[in-house]
Amino acid sequence: MYSEKVVDYFMNPRNVGKLEDANAIGEVGNPRCGDVMKIYLKINDQEVIEDIKFETFGCAAAIATSSMITEMAKGKTITEALKINNKDVAEALGGLPPAKLHCSLLAQEGIEAAVADYFIRKTGKAPEGFKSHRTCTACEGSCGGGDTSHEHKEEEIFVSEDHRVAE
Amino acid sequence: MTPRKVYLDNSATTQVDKKVLEAMLPYFSETYGNPNSLHGWGREAKEGLDKARLQLAELIGADPKEIIFTGGGSEADNLAIKGVAWALKDKGRHIITSSIEHHAIIDTVKWLGKNGYEYTMLPVDETGMVDPKELEAAIRPDTIIVSIMFANNEIGTIEPVVELGEVCRKHGVLFHTDGVQAVGHMKIDVKNLPIDMMTMAAHKMYGPKGVGALYVRKGIKLTPLIHGGGQEFGIRSGTENTAGLVGFGMAAELAANRLANGEIDNEIRLRDKLIDGLIERVPEITVTGHRTKRLPFHASICVKYIEGEGMLLLMDAAGIGVSSGSACTSGSLEPSYVLLSIGMDHTTAHGSVRMTLSKDTSEEDIDYVLEKFPPIIEKLRSMSPFYKKNKVAQ
Repeated sequence: MYSEKVVDYFMNPRNVGKLEDANAIGEVGNPRCGDVMKIYLKINDQEVIEDIKFETFGCAAAIATSSMITEMAKGKTITEALKINNKDVAEALGGLPPAKLHCSLLAQEGIEAAVADYFIRKTGKAPEGFKSHRTCTACEGSCGGGDTSHEHKEEEIFVSEDHRVAE
Repeated sequence: MTPRKVYLDNSATTQVDKKVLEAMLPYFSETYGNPNSLHGWGREAKEGLDKARLQLAELIGADPKEIIFTGGGSEADNLAIKGVAWALKDKGRHIITSSIEHHAIIDTVKWLGKNGYEYTMLPVDETGMVDPKELEAAIRPDTIIVSIMFANNEIGTIEPVVELGEVCRKHGVLFHTDGVQAVGHMKIDVKNLPIDMMTMAAHKMYGPKGVGALYVRKGIKLTPLIHGGGQEFGIRSGTENTAGLVGFGMAAELAANRLANGEIDNEIRLRDKLIDGLIERVPEITVTGHRTKRLPFHASICVKYIEGEGMLLLMDAAGIGVSSGSACTSGSLEPSYVLLSIGMDHTTAHGSVRMTLSKDTSEEDIDYVLEKFPPIIEKLRSMSPFYKKNKVAQ
């Protein structure tokens, strides 16, 4: 199910923990759907991410994607870090099962939320186009958490891998 | 030295007992006749089949004619519900079940709900028990069948089937129970129980996969799901899986022996040692299901602040096989409906772990799990944003 890299980054997570002198913190996800990611950044005057740490409540993929994105973002400027998208994270991990792709999106959003927090602390507001991702956007509200209430639709027709069963 | 391997997922499936395998083997290439044939090959196969039926009947105190062999537990559940729904469709079209049944019941009932039937899903209390009074209140003049499981697969709770069955008797409604988790692990005597139908599965009691049975009390009419050659008293057509059913029969005989000689008591002792040991060693865990009225081999807990999949994988890496009802292990974003039904909040339900023992689980196995579990939890909690938050708050 998981690639060797995912297993490695889950079993031996990089940059795990709290960053005491962080000057930006982003928290995304929703405990209802089983994923919450908290990203701590220490950004210097040149807007370079000097240090980065994460804390994650979630499955192995959520821990591995947090772990990977912290490694990818470390030492980069915030502009560069914001260019890391969910696909890059998934690729760096040797791929993710389809059901776990939302974990890589959560990682991307974690960085975005932390950078937004950096600007909010500095200027009082996030720059245009920034979302703080406090709610559960990664799963597009399908967990019923966050601010979008969503009910699972009862499928009229079950489609398995190669069979169609008409109800 | 090979590292220790401890399989604690026996609610999912069990290892086929060596004696079961030995009993089955001749039925593949030696006694291979069709049990419906009149010649010697067929008669020999029929003898094996008859013996298996008797062995299973004896385990539950039934008459062999009351045993309908099927292709597994899910089929038996479907047969009970749809079979009665069809047979009694002119009498009524209302079905009652509980919110914590296996999908083989819930999805069957929901499907009937889209096809001209109505259903009521009874809630359960925080231990997972259905209240017989609530059942009585839900019974309507057009109720044809009530299906409440003997014991739950996820939380281990044993339902008050005697009281529930008596309510059904009083109102003249058929009572079916899914006994997949309980049969072979508890003393069950249908002669003295108000049960009309009971589902059983071989692979949950050290038998092979793909064979099950439905106990159907004499006099109850069912419409078959599978029409054909008229096997299984016309209720389930198809040439019998002789080898599999012979294995089921042997598994039933061995289970009856274990129940008679008190081996189950040792399983209960090890189960409690595991549950108590986990509570003692790891703070902030909750036992799910009823503390004493639970399956003898079943331990289930929720661990706060972490998610089940990580626990499952780290346990696996330590050589311990467990399962979880978290969203990540189910492939959806919702945690187990059973855990939500007993009132667990979503976040806690995501941290569920189930450990189900086998007849061969040893004292050393439990000690090993108790040694390996706490550092795994500590490792995952140290990564969790909730754990420390909570510590600060204290």
